[in-house]
Amino acid sequence: MLTEKTLEKIQQIQKNYHSKKSAVMGALMAVQRDSGNNLTREDMEAVAEILEVNPVEVQAVAGFYTMYNWKKPVGRHHIEICWNLSCSLMGAEHLISHMEKKLGITLGETTADGMFTLSTAECLGSCGTAPMMQVGDDYYENLTVEKVDKILADLRASS
Amino acid sequence: MEKILLKNIDKPEAYKLDNYVTNGGYVAVQKALKMEPDQIIQTVKDSNLRGRGGAGFPAGLKWSFIPKDPTIQKYLCCNADEGEPGTFKDRAIMDKDPHLLLEGMMITCYAIGASVGYVYIRGEFEYGAAKLEDAITEAYEKGYLGSNIFGSDFSLDLYVHRGAGAYICGEETALLESLEGGRGQPRKKPPFPALAGLYAKPTVINNVETLGCIPAIIEKGPEWFAAIGPEKSPGTRICGVSGHVKKPGLYELPMGVPLRELIYDHCGGMRGSKPIKAVIPGGVSAPMLIEADLDTPMDFDSMAAKGTMLGSSAVMVMEEGTCMVKVAYITSRFFSHESCGKCTPCREGTSWQTKVLHRMEHGEGRPGDVELLESLCDNIFGRTFCPLGDGAVMALRGALKHFREEFVYHVEHKKCMVGSDDE
Repeated sequence: MLTEKTLEKIQQIQKNYHSKKSAVMGALMAVQRDSGNNLTREDMEAVAEILEVNPVEVQAVAGFYTMYNWKKPVGRHHIEICWNLSCSLMGAEHLISHMEKKLGITLGETTADGMFTLSTAECLGSCGTAPMMQVGDDYYENLTVEKVDKILADLRASS
Repeated sequence: MEKILLKNIDKPEAYKLDNYVTNGGYVAVQKALKMEPDQIIQTVKDSNLRGRGGAGFPAGLKWSFIPKDPTIQKYLCCNADEGEPGTFKDRAIMDKDPHLLLEGMMITCYAIGASVGYVYIRGEFEYGAAKLEDAITEAYEKGYLGSNIFGSDFSLDLYVHRGAGAYICGEETALLESLEGGRGQPRKKPPFPALAGLYAKPTVINNVETLGCIPAIIEKGPEWFAAIGPEKSPGTRICGVSGHVKKPGLYELPMGVPLRELIYDHCGGMRGSKPIKAVIPGGVSAPMLIEADLDTPMDFDSMAAKGTMLGSSAVMVMEEGTCMVKVAYITSRFFSHESCGKCTPCREGTSWQTKVLHRMEHGEGRPGDVELLESLCDNIFGRTFCPLGDGAVMALRGALKHFREEFVYHVEHKKCMVGSDDE
């Protein structure tokens, strides 16, 4: 069930377009944000109904873009570390293995307490400050092992 | 040199409308609104401004393809899906100086007769999207957007549309599909977007950096702009430098500055004692160059003459000791991840290419793998629905052209020739 707040957001997004279907992406993101950063099949069906779009078209959109989390749930903090060329040249792999060890998980997994999910990302447009990662909405740049440790500790403390 | 695009980004709170105005902003749009739309298109044509997204298509010419019939709805879409690996220039404009982009869009919309414009921003740019949303709200409050902008007869609405993670949406027709709420898969051309774009209406799609040049061209005149840099690709360019240099970052320079000057004079040279091994001049799709090519000027035509491209002028610098098989693997992995799946040569070809490079990189290369890669390149290039597949091939061919022996070594010795794999 979508909340009043989410429904209002979706109404607002629709006003930006000359076609209801154009609001699918924004609506899915609004739902995801209001549901603990995850999307369910029911959410997609609800969006389809509101926007008068075939449910399979909404699922197709959710499946196409990497930022919709529906295949498996992500943790409270979704760490996405860039492993494209600029970040790799500056040592991204080293940071990935460090975080895997530190969190006791491998890429794509979530810690048992549901706190962190560790994923890789393709270029996030922050190449001059490589290596970098995104956690939720925030960019963390010019990373070192020490910085990563501090970020993880701060995130844990903030939860 | 006078900066056009990054002139405000180091100023405090440049993202605020009042500060943008204090810094001389929103003068050009008021001048433009007193001109005839055709006069603006001619001005941009005369400036020789070429699209900064990568292809370098003349911006004024693109605008002139839009039908003049005032009864037809028209759209402007700003391509802010910045995703070409190595590129981080548009993000700086949106984060720090969003009103520059809005002013460029206002002028462009007026010139082509579009009453609605969208900024298609990649989903990961949460900060930039919020800055743009705030800037748009400020502009509405001032009467710079909405009905009769700046007291003129022209009305305009601008919106932010956020992507959700897909490199392919930087391809203009995939962007339109995404804006219409679908999977971001490219459309067949023709019809071109100028005739049938968003909702099948005439649409111009321009990159952030391209639109960011428009206010200065209107304010200072096309001759002023055309006099910067080489005659055939004038203006300034934001070069985004990453990799093994001392001072990576964004550098706005006149077009045509040689790579050597960019790397040694502006970026302070290499970070350590190792010399340059290779440089990618325009995002990973652009074939790499070597030390001997460093005097090539950074403009569209000079780079094309070298068999590569200026692209997004995302310069990735690699020092001696960088494993080119690994570079090729990372690049190929990116393209196969981002292939939209619509056409077979790209969907199957890039993933096959990645599989071969993966085993080569991990000491499991097989005899004949280098030749297999070359044959894959031949069967992808020019046979895909959109340029993504070509990009994957150009990147790999560039590495093979200069460093084929490293690939052969990986297969024959099951290890790296330059020894950087133990990181």
